[in-house]
Amino acid sequence: MTIAEKYKLAKWAMQHALDNGAQEVSVSIFDSTSSSVEVRDEKIDKLEQANQAGLSIRLMVDKKYSAHSTNRLGNKRELQKFIEEAIKGTRYLSEDEFRTLPDPDLYYKGGGVDLKTFDNNFTDIDPQQKIDAAFAVEKEVVGSDDRIISVTASYYDGINNTVMVTSNSFEGDTSNTYYGINASVSVSDGDARPQSFWGESAIFYNELKTEGIGEKALKRALRMIGQEKIKSGRMPMIIENRLASQSLGPIISALNGSAIQQKNSFLIDKLGERVGSDKLTIIDDPFIISGRGSRLFDGEGLALKKRPVFEKGILRTYYIDTYYGKKLGMDPTTGGTTNLVFEPGERNLEEMTASLKRGILITGFNGGNTNGTTGDFSYGIEGFLVEDGKIIQPVSEMNISGNMKELWMNLAEVGNDVYENSSWRTPSLMFNDVDFSGL
Amino acid sequence: MNINRRKFIKTGSAAVAGSVLIPPLIQSCQNLKVSENVKSYLDHFEVTVEMLQKVISTAMSRGGDYADLFFEHKISNSLGLEDGKVNRAYSNIDYGVGIRVLKGDQTGFAYSEDVTIKAMLNAAKMAAAIADNPGKFEKGNVVEKMPEEFYRIDKKWEDVSVKDKIPFVQKINDRVFSLDEKVIKVNAFLNDETSYVMYYDSEGKLTYDYRPLVSFGVVSIMQRNEQIENNYSARSFRKGFEWLSDDVVNELAQETVDKTNILFDATKPKAGEMPVVMGAGGSGILLHEAIGHTFEADFNRKGESIFSDKMGKKVAESFINIIDDGTLINNRGSLNIDDEGNEVQKTYLVKDGILNSYIHDRISSNYYGVDPTGNGRRESFRHIPIPRMRATYMETGPHTREEIFENVDYGVYVDNFSNGQVKIGAGDFTFFVKSGYLIEKGKLTQPIKDINIIGNGPQALADISMVANDFLIDNGTWMCGKGGQSVPVTCGLPSVLVKKLTVGGTSA
Repeated sequence: MTIAEKYKLAKWAMQHALDNGAQEVSVSIFDSTSSSVEVRDEKIDKLEQANQAGLSIRLMVDKKYSAHSTNRLGNKRELQKFIEEAIKGTRYLSEDEFRTLPDPDLYYKGGGVDLKTFDNNFTDIDPQQKIDAAFAVEKEVVGSDDRIISVTASYYDGINNTVMVTSNSFEGDTSNTYYGINASVSVSDGDARPQSFWGESAIFYNELKTEGIGEKALKRALRMIGQEKIKSGRMPMIIENRLASQSLGPIISALNGSAIQQKNSFLIDKLGERVGSDKLTIIDDPFIISGRGSRLFDGEGLALKKRPVFEKGILRTYYIDTYYGKKLGMDPTTGGTTNLVFEPGERNLEEMTASLKRGILITGFNGGNTNGTTGDFSYGIEGFLVEDGKIIQPVSEMNISGNMKELWMNLAEVGNDVYENSSWRTPSLMFNDVDFSGL
Repeated sequence: MNINRRKFIKTGSAAVAGSVLIPPLIQSCQNLKVSENVKSYLDHFEVTVEMLQKVISTAMSRGGDYADLFFEHKISNSLGLEDGKVNRAYSNIDYGVGIRVLKGDQTGFAYSEDVTIKAMLNAAKMAAAIADNPGKFEKGNVVEKMPEEFYRIDKKWEDVSVKDKIPFVQKINDRVFSLDEKVIKVNAFLNDETSYVMYYDSEGKLTYDYRPLVSFGVVSIMQRNEQIENNYSARSFRKGFEWLSDDVVNELAQETVDKTNILFDATKPKAGEMPVVMGAGGSGILLHEAIGHTFEADFNRKGESIFSDKMGKKVAESFINIIDDGTLINNRGSLNIDDEGNEVQKTYLVKDGILNSYIHDRISSNYYGVDPTGNGRRESFRHIPIPRMRATYMETGPHTREEIFENVDYGVYVDNFSNGQVKIGAGDFTFFVKSGYLIEKGKLTQPIKDINIIGNGPQALADISMVANDFLIDNGTWMCGKGGQSVPVTCGLPSVLVKKLTVGGTSA
């Protein structure tokens, strides 16, 4: 479907819902294409191709709310029935006075900058080139070390297009492309077979890093050989940049309007208060050119703004959508994060590690969770024991435990080594006084 | 929402299973004799045997060893309650066919959401590309395979109006509020799902399944002074609307209030290695994470699992039997046929302490030269089948719960979990404990909460030193994720003693 065809179908569906008793309607049409190839033992292991499309519709019928989706787009009469049945069912629900479409004044109305999230050359890439890219990654490491047990390399790419219309004037569409390469390597360590992974991704094909991925995965697997657990204790922890989102996730979830209103947050009534150390400064910036989370409007059509989330440890915003804004009596901001940008520090992971007297560098998480209401957390970890600035022992089968509020008050240093393959642009982070359980 | 397939599909010129509405165009090409059951599935997906054979021939045209088609039509409905009212409903319809071609261990895969012959042939060409020789394919006879009936139901979810489901969701809210004045909020949901599945392969096998699934759950949010805690209880089965009752409502409501109440006085234990008593039921998460995933034959075929060289070897005490079972009646993890059209089994992974079988899909069972175990599963027609668990549990052992406690001087007792994970190669697995108790001198004392427990699979399995006679399956809403695919599973365990695991907590 072209963008114009998607708009036409969306408006047709919206009109059908309005004609059949819905007062407020929002319709999205999306389609996507993706492909992937996985290679191992110098052969293609898996080759996958996918094309999909769907319609989703949000309905407000006599102050009652429901949302529906289908991938059966081929038959108009069937779609009409789908919408009519949906409206019929909605009438049985209880009224919800807080359900409305957003205030049209808050909608994105066009004229935004080109955020460069779409590669126009997507369809021009030779499929053989993709397969060759995966083989090249495998070739980097196969046979290079006799401890290697298994190497898998993969290439993937895709394109997503979405169009959204609402019955109170919003119209908008987004398109994005992505490309990625991953390598995973298992090595022998007695009975154990530690496995490590490395990946790169990009919005534009010509910006995708294709070299060194296999080598990096191998290096990371080899350095895990000899993992042991050490004695329990309280000490500093450094989290490698690409894993730092694990510690950030719970404090961002706690800012969600739904969590606040449903009393499932440990940061209720904390706007303007200190919730982290003064090293904690994060901006939500939707407008980074080619940022992984860049966009001009959110899932409801609200125009996005650059906004501080934490400033020197002080909480500055919640993530509030239209519905929970009404329930909470607060102005909506947006329902979710775009790009999260830390105020960077002065040093990278190696420099931070070199300055550590005694602590643990975390390079992998294994399960665990956070209690959203209290902030209590406990996660499995692996990484390295560091003493006098030197990595002296790979560690695994240990847990960290604590409370998110205390953890972020103990944020001691923010790195300058931002992980850019994600919308959460996390640098390496160092925290003091973390409880590790081991022997 | 009540998206009744029977109603809307009439306009889609197809017939629902069991109905007789067949468009003339399709009827005219239906030359091959098939049973009424199979015919209803062919009609449901608006295809004929001739069309299936044509698509398979194209899939095999480049020299594949094997090809299969997996048709799926899934209707999902959800009702939600927040702030005292059933005030939201969601529904989804997903429909399409996955086409897979195998060449040795290699897989080519494509899917189509459109089951017209043109769209299917296109997808078949893409999947065929995994093989690269012009192949010769002789289409064989169609062999119908009747599926088992592990989840016969009385009232199909498609035939139930949203109006008749709402009262149960409302009642559970009211019940939770009535049980304890500390309750400040309740969230509840009722999800039902109906899948029509049809399977055809290059060996001529033609089979089908009708898969109902219901999940009903509630979260109670309670406040004592300044402290707020919540907990979640749910049940899930392959059952029909007849399963819902006031008894289910009351049982879930009581359970969630009790589980939340434990948390108010719970603390974190002291961190470190200690004996862990796993209570009967949901503690089956231990088996799922510690050994289940590492027994999945795809990891073993690639040599990536810590159990790769352990077949036929002693891995546990001789009174330990561990099973992965797809045949439990109405169980969330059961299947009448797996997603590769194979019979499901009750598979002994560990028998009398000896590693007896891996968990196989078609590729791995061919590789190992064994019969498939019926573990080839996929999230949907969009995904490739891979070895997956179903209901994973341990049989009853020779000890009693009392004897187990008597053996623990200081340790923890755990029986309520939220999630787990495993690293296949290193064997390190974890599970997150929502609540439990300290054990001091054989007695349950201080409640504990929100701690991760970590261990190493082979070591933990060898460290299970006592198994009680109180076996229980946990019928919660367990979802298992692997390779980007989620499938419903369950787990179970009698009470067991694990000599030592590393328990998260405070170390100061």
